[in-house]
Amino acid sequence: MSKNDSSTNNQHVHDPVCGMEVKTPSKYFIDLSGKLYEFCSDKCKNKFELTPHEYMHKPSAASNKTTNDGIEKLQLPIQGLSCATCVNTIEKEIKKLPGIKSVAVNYASETAYVDFNNAETSTSAIISAVKNAGYQTGKSTLKLGINGMHCGSCVSKIEKELARTRGIISANIDLASESAIINYVPGSLNVNEIKKIIEKLGYKTFDTSGVKPEKEKSTDGKREAATEDVDENQVAREKEYKTLMQKFLFAAILALPVVFFSYPTVWGLPEQFQMGSPTLRYIWIAMSLLSLPVMLWSGSQFYTGAWAAFKNRSANMHTLIATGITAAFLYSVIATYFPSVFPKAELADQFFDTIFVVVALVVLGMALEIRAKGKSSEAIKKLMGLQAKTAKVLRDGKELDLPVEEVVLDDVIIVRPGEKIPVDGVLVEGSSSIDESMITGEAIPIEKRVGDDVIGATINKTGSFKFKATKVGKDTALAQIIKMVEQAQSSKAPIQKIVDKVSGYFVPGVIITAILSFVVWYVFGPAPQLIYSLIVFVTVLVIACPCALGLATPISLMVGVGKGAENGILIRSGEALETAQRLDTIVLDKTGTITEGKPSLTNVIVVNDFTEEEVLSLSASVEKVSEHPLAEAIVKGAINKGITLVDPTEFNAVPGHGVEANVNGRKLYLGNLKMMEKFNIDLGGLEEKSTQLADDGKTPMFVAVDRKAAGIIAVADTIKADSKEAIVLLKKLGLEVVMITGDNKRTANAIAKQVGIDRVLAEVLPEDKAFNVQKLQNEGKVVAMVGDGINDAPALAQANIGLAIGTGTDVAIEASDITLIKGSLKGVVLAIQLSKATMKNIRQNLFGAFFYNGLGLPIAAGLLYPFFGVLLSPLLAGAAMAFSSVTVVTNANRLRNFKPKTK
Amino acid sequence: MALDQIFVTVGGLGLSGLVAWYFWFSEKKAVKVESSDSGIQEAVIKVKGGYTPDVLIFVAGKPIRLNFIREETAGCTEQVIFSDFNKTATLTPFKTIPVELKIDKPGEYGFQCGMGMIKGKLIVQ
Repeated sequence: MSKNDSSTNNQHVHDPVCGMEVKTPSKYFIDLSGKLYEFCSDKCKNKFELTPHEYMHKPSAASNKTTNDGIEKLQLPIQGLSCATCVNTIEKEIKKLPGIKSVAVNYASETAYVDFNNAETSTSAIISAVKNAGYQTGKSTLKLGINGMHCGSCVSKIEKELARTRGIISANIDLASESAIINYVPGSLNVNEIKKIIEKLGYKTFDTSGVKPEKEKSTDGKREAATEDVDENQVAREKEYKTLMQKFLFAAILALPVVFFSYPTVWGLPEQFQMGSPTLRYIWIAMSLLSLPVMLWSGSQFYTGAWAAFKNRSANMHTLIATGITAAFLYSVIATYFPSVFPKAELADQFFDTIFVVVALVVLGMALEIRAKGKSSEAIKKLMGLQAKTAKVLRDGKELDLPVEEVVLDDVIIVRPGEKIPVDGVLVEGSSSIDESMITGEAIPIEKRVGDDVIGATINKTGSFKFKATKVGKDTALAQIIKMVEQAQSSKAPIQKIVDKVSGYFVPGVIITAILSFVVWYVFGPAPQLIYSLIVFVTVLVIACPCALGLATPISLMVGVGKGAENGILIRSGEALETAQRLDTIVLDKTGTITEGKPSLTNVIVVNDFTEEEVLSLSASVEKVSEHPLAEAIVKGAINKGITLVDPTEFNAVPGHGVEANVNGRKLYLGNLKMMEKFNIDLGGLEEKSTQLADDGKTPMFVAVDRKAAGIIAVADTIKADSKEAIVLLKKLGLEVVMITGDNKRTANAIAKQVGIDRVLAEVLPEDKAFNVQKLQNEGKVVAMVGDGINDAPALAQANIGLAIGTGTDVAIEASDITLIKGSLKGVVLAIQLSKATMKNIRQNLFGAFFYNGLGLPIAAGLLYPFFGVLLSPLLAGAAMAFSSVTVVTNANRLRNFKPKTK
Repeated sequence: MALDQIFVTVGGLGLSGLVAWYFWFSEKKAVKVESSDSGIQEAVIKVKGGYTPDVLIFVAGKPIRLNFIREETAGCTEQVIFSDFNKTATLTPFKTIPVELKIDKPGEYGFQCGMGMIKGKLIVQ
């Protein structure tokens, strides 16, 4: 095989910095603690020298190399390492294999380093050993179309060849669909190499659906199932829908004549079709024969479902329907073939119409439900579809079109206008505006410059740029979002507990109710008792709808959580959703939540005939060399105004006071009041203005030029554009809004006044934030805390609901119950509104389901009969049952139209 | 009360009792899953109208792998939900879909289909 040959004749190693394959010996190398590191270029070598530790154990795509003596070195990324002891488990499992020279699993880098003899064991054996230990390895799955296969031997030929290839874990080739599903270790070989292997054997390859990424946490199997088979499931669902519709049509068409001849008196049919006539008897016989395919084909799922449940000593909807129609069938058959069994002639009636109608309607209901449920899960499907398939990666000066799974950390990727950004990263060259609406929900494209974060799956609008990948695979924002949404959708809302309590008793309870109703009607009912008893028995069984109960909560939760994700709101669980709608106090962290979190230039005040531009230019030039955080704000402010800066001389920082320097031959003093006093500068009216600025929460600095006061420059952490509006909306939602900050009372109150917050907790040390949240909770309040999730994690965790305002691509903030990807407070409003809407929807569903069953069962049992003489027909019961669960799903789908209220 | 009425009453009550006993009070047959040499407790669960087996016994602290094979296309069983672990798997018909868990705390953990109509239980000892 070409790869092996080339690697033995022509040794390659991996550059630890960029991951590129480098011919060894390389010109660029470092000998560090006895280990030789080789690089592709001087640049990578320099990078390595700066921070060698970052690269020495860098988690990377799997790689392997072979030495001349057949010892293969494999680096295998491992997923789901949650504890240090797992390391031992994996190592032990791998060591059991023959031919293992050494094995080391690094917990921090989540990588296994294995040296093994490739004659004795294989990469796939090692991977299965890791799996046996209960962990998953990083791998990619490739779906590839193959042309030119004619027989089974072609299949085995290709499979064998692939199996021999290093880095291939498994290959399954399907002759019928002319396709292959290949699992491989990314990094040890790539898609093009796999294609070449197949093509060398004389077959053509073509892309079918591209490369599917191995999902994060495949340890639980669910991600794999959820994405890889998404189409397959859709196909299965479609197929099921079609089958059910056919079953429905078959039963429904036959139901028409059956119903027609079942009510001869109602339609006023001639004498020969009335009860007791020989013609009618033949018609009944025909009905009995026709009812068999209806029961055994159209209604087959009721019997298989009921039997499977029965074997497990449980009962479900199928049990009810199957029992109901079987009872109707048996009675009708006896009435048709052995009418003399009955003591009275009038008892020899048939209920075939019930069988046909109930089967038809319930099957139709099931079909409609499948359709509606498909819509409910649309949000997550949309998210999964966002993932870019390929990336234009710059490696070795060449632009390569690679599947997105093969992008490794620190790859430089080129993005052109209109293209999708493949992974998360930092912009390194160029600029553009980027549409991030699919991830953050923000409709307006965002301008990005060098140094800004870009998020994978967002769309580049105008410019071309290059960016460096910082998060790939399972770590990208999109992958984390999908994971969180899936987890939330499968979590349980506390309200569901009521249903769980009921559901275990529900179906058997209905069966018992049906039996007892039969008894009561038989003993106390009017004549003909047997007929009435049977009608009541069947109606009770048919009307009960356990599905509506079981579906009520999860289906709304699924739609609600999905809707949140569409708007950049990630809700961690059903519990979070339920708590969020009963909040009464919301605590907002000031810095980074209400405000931008970064100071910026706000005011320039001048005196003594200085111009604004002059003062700003001089100050910014001085601050250029200062390291004070406020200095950056001034410099940025000046640059934004188009002011050119000069280099200062004789720069001197006076600690606790300010700075002095020479700019263009002028002596400049910049600092606080103490600084001005120290140099005896007459401030005139400036001092008063400074106090005013400070009252507004700003930080003023005096500027003096050549010992003469020139003005004030003020910087402040500016309030986010829509904070004020969001706080108004929060108050409208009935919440008490509290601001928490470490700032002094004066600054805090100034900000609070501007945004309309009445209650301020100022001078709170970061570590006391959680305590302050607890104090509010002790007042009996349900408290939400909003923060950036970095230094206020304990407070977020303490609060009943912690909302983290996301920064960039870090979306899975552990301490938070709800993460807002977009940095706006409006997201908090939206999150609460959505929670309320979802919980309302759940309650509607639960009420509907309980009300329906609670009302339907007694009516079906004939409770109204003694008072009004009304008895429910089993046909109506079937219709009610069929549409009750459809109604629940349809109601949940209404949430898809949820629109935030902005007024 | 006529004879037939007595007969129906006694029969009905008896049948009700039988239903209650069968579904609620009878002891469910649980399958004890042994762990393999590699330490994984692996079980195959057939999904067809129900989960077979539906009550499984495991040992705490060891990895568990449940291989679901859904032998039907009926929509109800498409998803299996382990709500104690916020875990869902989409079961593609006629394919083996593994769900892997590691439960450290002994107890009973339910799993169910998307609508909660079909249920199973993991007993961790």
